[in-house]
Amino acid sequence: METDRPDSQTPNQLRPLACSCSCSILHRSHGSASWAQRETKVLAAVYGPKAGTKKNENPKKASIKVIWKPKTGQIGKVEKEYEMILKRTLESICIRTIYPNTTTLVIVQIVHDDGVLLPCAINAACVALVDARIPLKHLVVAICCSITDSGCIILDPTKDQEEKMKAFINLVFPNTIVSVLPEGSLQEGSETMAHGIMTSITQGAMS
Amino acid sequence: MGLSNASEDLSSEMEVDAFRRLFPLRYFERHLAESIRPDGRPLGKARETSIFLGAVASANGSALVKIGSTTMLTAIKMEVMTPSLESPDEGCLAIDFHMPPICSPIVRPGRPAEASPVVSKQLSDTISSSRMIDLKELSLVGGKAAWMAYLNAAFSIMQDIYCLDADGALFDAALISAVAALSHLQIPAVAMNDDGKIVLVSGEDGQKPVNKEKRKLTLRSIPFSLTCILHKNYILADPTAEEESIMETHVTIVLDTSGQLISLYKPGGPALAYTSAIQDCVGLTGQRVKELKSYLDKENSAMEVVV
Repeated sequence: METDRPDSQTPNQLRPLACSCSCSILHRSHGSASWAQRETKVLAAVYGPKAGTKKNENPKKASIKVIWKPKTGQIGKVEKEYEMILKRTLESICIRTIYPNTTTLVIVQIVHDDGVLLPCAINAACVALVDARIPLKHLVVAICCSITDSGCIILDPTKDQEEKMKAFINLVFPNTIVSVLPEGSLQEGSETMAHGIMTSITQGAMS
Repeated sequence: MGLSNASEDLSSEMEVDAFRRLFPLRYFERHLAESIRPDGRPLGKARETSIFLGAVASANGSALVKIGSTTMLTAIKMEVMTPSLESPDEGCLAIDFHMPPICSPIVRPGRPAEASPVVSKQLSDTISSSRMIDLKELSLVGGKAAWMAYLNAAFSIMQDIYCLDADGALFDAALISAVAALSHLQIPAVAMNDDGKIVLVSGEDGQKPVNKEKRKLTLRSIPFSLTCILHKNYILADPTAEEESIMETHVTIVLDTSGQLISLYKPGGPALAYTSAIQDCVGLTGQRVKELKSYLDKENSAMEVVV
């Protein structure tokens, strides 16, 4: 069934992306990226690896610290949760045994929020890590799907659409480099690696 | 002969403890290969759960929940407030999750623990997503107060959850505790005082009550959760704190009593969640929901008998 969207996009259509990463964005950082999906815009910076680890961290591996800066005001529970999710996701994709006893600092600054904020930040942080040449197992791709009352799935909703939807889910998938790895290693059991879910956050009831 | 036997027993026990400390991952994997866990549970079984309602007498609703060693204490306080302009006919529900230093060796006094706001946000999202509580029911406009057109008041539910012992699966225990406290909640009687404001009735005041006597809150479908660990090809239900710290991929699934999926929460982790693993987790959670619902119904019926 068809659902009309106010911005005249089809249900499976992503909003226009604008991504740039180079040291021309932030000169002092080792890697930086700006990621925009239409109005939503996130700026990410990576510093490190720097020597030393904080207490409660494992010095045998590289540790990642994430700081989430909202557009205005102090960080609350929402920002703390986003920080934790981003840290766990980035820890999963980094090869942490190459630089033991180091800390990599990832700072995410929200420039504008028009829905789909967390997937935008995950994409920006991933690009910033690549720009900083942090060794990664694979990249990650983050999207947001929303579900209408009639069960239709809409990809990449805006903030207005998010509030009208019955439920939505943020998903993060791995994305491997197909030109380097042999064919067999992309399989895990009976499914390819790209079908596995790395991070999943849902809101609202689904069936 | 006896001396050598005693020495041998002691040394073998020390070796097991040393192996557990030095190589925790291999220690657990040795158990997983036999489809058992170090505390003797099978992989898909949750720990012993107990629910106790009415633990805090001065609160409007309270519950004490234990899952294994994890202990959660929830207390609810209700106040009369002015609703917001955006939703003038609704009350509100605020949930706070506290981890005092008594609950874990890694929690320090002073600054709040890292997990505290994360679990708090998760709880708020889950309870609002499930629409367990009709916020319009908390409104005081209507009924006997309908003739006062200028009257604008509603109940506000403030829920505090304290973690007394953190031994893994904190969100699961916190959610059961929050749900049990809400099922135990008694809405107090309120009256209008001489200044025209609505206050809570304490004892036998002569004031005219705006609403009826104490009544229970109507709960729609109730959400329950189960946290699982994904490690290689194994799925471990209801992990302890030690298992959580060793194996890093956690999946939390929340279903309500009508079978809807409220939350599928997987914050990163090295293992990927494929379709078959998610289906297995949903199956385990479905069994857990039936189990917990029977516990809660039994406890509520026991409370009604007492009253």
